[in-house]
Amino acid sequence: MVSDRIDHDAAAGGTAELLLEARGITKRFPGVVANADVSLQLHRGEILALLGENGAGKSTLVKMLFGLYRPDEGEIRIKGEPVTLRSPKDAISRGIGMVHQHFQLVPVMTVAENVVLGAEPCRGRFIDQRRAAAEVRKLSERYGLAVDPAATVEDLPVGTQQRVEIIKALFRGAEILILDEPTAVLTPQETDELLQIMRELAARGVGIIFITHKLREVMAVADRVEVLRGGRVVGSAVPSRTDEAGLASMMVGRTVVLRVDKTPAQPGAVMLRVRALQVDDDRHQRAVRGLDLEVRAGEIVGVAGVQGNGQRELVEAICGMRPIRSGTVEVDGRDTTSMNAKAVNGLGVAHIPEDREKHGLVGSYTIADDLVLNRFDEEPFARHGLRDFTAIDKQAEQLVQRFDVRTPSIHTETNALSGGNKQKVIVARELSYDAKLVVAAQPTRGVDVGSIEFIHRQLVAERDRGAAVLVVSAELDEILGLSDRVAVMSEGRIVAMLPIEEADRDRIGLLMAGGA
Amino acid sequence: MNRQRVQSALLPVVAVLVAFLIGAIVVLADGKSPVRAAEAVIKGSMANRAAIGATLEKATPLILTGLAVIVGMKAGLFNIGAQGQLLLGSIMSAYVGYRLTVLPTVVHLPLALLAGVAFGAVPAFVVGVLKAYRGVHEVIATIMMNTILVNLTDWLAGGPWMQPDQAISKTPPIQASAEIPKVADLPVGFFLAVVMAFVVWFLLSRTTLGFELGTVGANRDAAHYAGMSVKGITVLAMTLSGALAGLGGAIETQGVVGRFEPGFNRGLGFDGITIALLAKVSPRAAIPAALLIGALRASSTQLQSIAQVAPEIVDVILAVALLLVAAPMIIRWALRLRNASGVEGVNLNTGWGS
Ligand SMILES: Nc1ncnc2c1ncn2[C@@H]1O[C@H](COP(=O)(O)OP(=O)(O)OP(=O)(O)O)[C@@H](O)[C@H]1O
Ligand SMILES: [Mg+2]
Repeated sequence: MVSDRIDHDAAAGGTAELLLEARGITKRFPGVVANADVSLQLHRGEILALLGENGAGKSTLVKMLFGLYRPDEGEIRIKGEPVTLRSPKDAISRGIGMVHQHFQLVPVMTVAENVVLGAEPCRGRFIDQRRAAAEVRKLSERYGLAVDPAATVEDLPVGTQQRVEIIKALFRGAEILILDEPTAVLTPQETDELLQIMRELAARGVGIIFITHKLREVMAVADRVEVLRGGRVVGSAVPSRTDEAGLASMMVGRTVVLRVDKTPAQPGAVMLRVRALQVDDDRHQRAVRGLDLEVRAGEIVGVAGVQGNGQRELVEAICGMRPIRSGTVEVDGRDTTSMNAKAVNGLGVAHIPEDREKHGLVGSYTIADDLVLNRFDEEPFARHGLRDFTAIDKQAEQLVQRFDVRTPSIHTETNALSGGNKQKVIVARELSYDAKLVVAAQPTRGVDVGSIEFIHRQLVAERDRGAAVLVVSAELDEILGLSDRVAVMSEGRIVAMLPIEEADRDRIGLLMAGGA
Repeated sequence: MNRQRVQSALLPVVAVLVAFLIGAIVVLADGKSPVRAAEAVIKGSMANRAAIGATLEKATPLILTGLAVIVGMKAGLFNIGAQGQLLLGSIMSAYVGYRLTVLPTVVHLPLALLAGVAFGAVPAFVVGVLKAYRGVHEVIATIMMNTILVNLTDWLAGGPWMQPDQAISKTPPIQASAEIPKVADLPVGFFLAVVMAFVVWFLLSRTTLGFELGTVGANRDAAHYAGMSVKGITVLAMTLSGALAGLGGAIETQGVVGRFEPGFNRGLGFDGITIALLAKVSPRAAIPAALLIGALRASSTQLQSIAQVAPEIVDVILAVALLLVAAPMIIRWALRLRNASGVEGVNLNTGWGS
C-alpha cells in the first residue's frame, strides 16, 4: 500500500522537488476575507510552519489544501499539476493527509483495524487481520512511530491516538501531511515525541505543513516559516536565522512580552478549601483520591501535573459539574460539596473549562449569546424571565473589544470563529463578572502569543483585584510564569505545594513523575 | 449574511413550487388536466368565504401539531407522538364537553380546552421522564405511546363513552356551551392557533426558558456546564410539546367535529412533522406551512369532482416538498445527534486549530 517513492530524494531545501503549491488563494466568508492572495510552496522533505495570530487564516488555508473548503480564487498545484480538490477524498487520493485534532478513529476497534479501515486488505469477506497488523508494523518501524497494532484505540493516550492518525495517513500514501495545532492537547513529552516523528518523516521525504502557536516548537523543527496576518502572507523566515522574539513580533506586528510581569502576591482569606476530596472519572474509576488544597484571595495557585492525573475531575468537582464521592469543598466559607454548577457559579466562581467545544460554547449560538451562556438569567441580561437583548449586546460589544475577539459582528455564529477566538470568547465571559474564585483549566490553549500575554495579564489582574485564582495547565511555562504557589498533582493527590521561589522545572518534573 | 438568510428562507418556497410542478406532471401522466386541478384547489380553498373557512379549519390543528414538533426539536427531541397526544386531548375535551351540562360558556369552553391541553401533556410528560431519567429514546417511547393511545381512545369512544343510540362508535355531541363559535363563517379556533404560534415564538426566542431549551437542544454538555437542569428541561419541553398537540385535538373537537369520533383526527400529528420541517423549525413559519397543507386538504372533494383527480395527489405533493426541504436538514440533525452521543469522527471541521 505504501509506495516506496517517498524514500528517495529526501533532502530538504531549494533543490528538492516541489510537492505542493498554492497560488494567489483567496477565500471569503460573510464579513471576512479569511485568505487574501495567499501563495506558498512545500517541498519534498520540508517542514513548513504556518504562524499567525488567531483568525489569521491558517486553518482556512489548510482546509482548502485538504478539500474541506473550495478557494474563491487561486490555484492549487500538486507536483506542478493544477488540481481541484472537491473533498478530502480527492485530497487523499492525491497524496495529502491531514490529522485533525478531533481524531477520526473508531474507539472500540484496534489500531490495525483503524488504520486499514476503508482500504482493508481482505480475505474472503473478512479483514485480513494479520496482513493489516503487518502493514501497521512496517510503517511504524520505518518512521519510528511506536504503537501496538493490536491495542484498542480507546485505551490509548491522546498522543498515541494521534500517531495512529499519522500512520493512517501514511498508509493511504500521503506524501504531504497537514497538522493543524497537533500539539495543543499533548503532554510536553508527547510533544517532543511528535516533533521527533515529524523530523523522521521529513527525512524520508514527506512534506509537512505544521500549524502551532508555540514558537519553541517552530524553532525546533521547522525548515521554513510563513507568517500570516489578516489573511495575507506578511513574511517568511528561517528559524535558524531568527529567534522566538523575532517570530513573535513578525506575527503580531509588535514586540511581545513572553514573561508575565507581576508584583508579589498579597494573600488574604482562604477562598477555596478542598478537604479529603474523592471524585470518580467518567469510567467510574477513582480519579481524585483524598486531595487537600487551599487557595487564598489574592493569590494564583497553579496545578502542575501530567494530564490524566485527576486534574479534570478536580476542576469539575469544584465547579459543581461532577458528583463528589467524599470529602468537602468550601468556597468563601460556604460548603458547596453538594451544589450544582448553577449554585456554585452563583457564589462567584468563574470556570474556564478545559474542553471548549464540548462545555464552553454552543457553536450554533451567536457570540453575544455565548457570552452570557451561564448568566443568561441574571440581571441585567434578563428580568422576570425575559431576556434583555440591549444589555446582552452591550456587554458583547464591550467584551469583544476588550478581549480582542476577531469577528465581523457580535451576532456571528461562534462556530465561524477561529479556534483561538473561540477560546477568547470563553475567557472573556468568565473574567467579566468579578468572581471571587477563578478556576481556569488550560486558559490559553490554542491562543496566539499576543493573546496569551493578554490573558495572563488579565488573570494577574483578577488576583490583584482580590480574587483567588486556580490555574490548571499542561504548560509548565504557563504554571511557572503565572503562579504564586505551585501545586504538583500526581495520581489524584497534591504531592507537593511549592512557593514559586522554590519551584524549578526539574524538581517539578520529578514530583510529577511520582518521585520525591 | 443577509443573502444567506434570504436563500435559506427561499428554500422551502422553491421546494413547494417544484413539488407543485411534479404534482402537475403526475396529474398529466394520469391523463388529467393540471389546469383543472389547480382550478379545483383554488375553488376548494379560497374561492369564497366557506372555502376559506374550510382551509382555516384544516390548518388549525396542523399549526398546533407543527408547533408541538417544533418545541420538541428545539430541545433536541423528536416528538413522533403528537398524534397520540392529540387524540387523548381530543377525547378528553369531548368528554368534558358533553358530560358537564350546566356550565356557562365562559367556564365550559375553556375548561374543555384545558382538559385537552392537560391530557395531551400527560403522555408526553411520561415520555419526557422516561427519556430524562431512564434514557429511553423518545422516538421509541412516543411510537409505543401512539399505539396505546389510538387503542385507548378507540375503546373509550366505542365503549364506556360511546353515544348509546348509535351504531358507529363515537362520543355524544358536546354541549353548545363548549363549542368554539364561528364568526362570519371563519373558525375562531384558527385565530387561537395563530396566537399560540406567536406565544411559542416569543417563548423560544425571548425568554430565559426558551434559551435553556435551545441550549439543551444544541449542546447538552454546555447546558450542564452553564448550570441548566438538562433533565428538567427535557421533561418540560416534551410536556409542552404534548400540551400543544392536545390543544390541537381539543380545538378540533370543540370547533370542527363537535364530538370525538375515531378516525377523524388521523394523520394530524404526522402532518405536524411535515410542517415543522417545511417551517424550518420556526414557530411563526408554521402558520403559512399549515395554511398551505390546509388549503390542499380542504380542496380534496373539489379535486375529485372538478378535475377527477384522486385527492392522494396532495400527499404526493407534500411528500416531494418535504423531501426537498428536509433531506439536508435531517442529515445534519442526525449527524449532530451522533456527535452529541459521543461518537467521534463525523464532524471534520472541529479541532483546536479551527
Ligand atoms: N466557516 C466559517 N464561516 C465564517 N467565517 C469563518 C469560517 N471559518 C473561519 N472563518 C473566519 O475566517 C478567519 C480565519 O479563520 P481561521 O480559522 O482560518 O483562523 P486561524 O488562523 O486558524 O486562527 P486560530 O489560530 O485561532 O486557529 C476568521 O476571521 C474566522 O472568523
Ligand atoms: Mg486555526
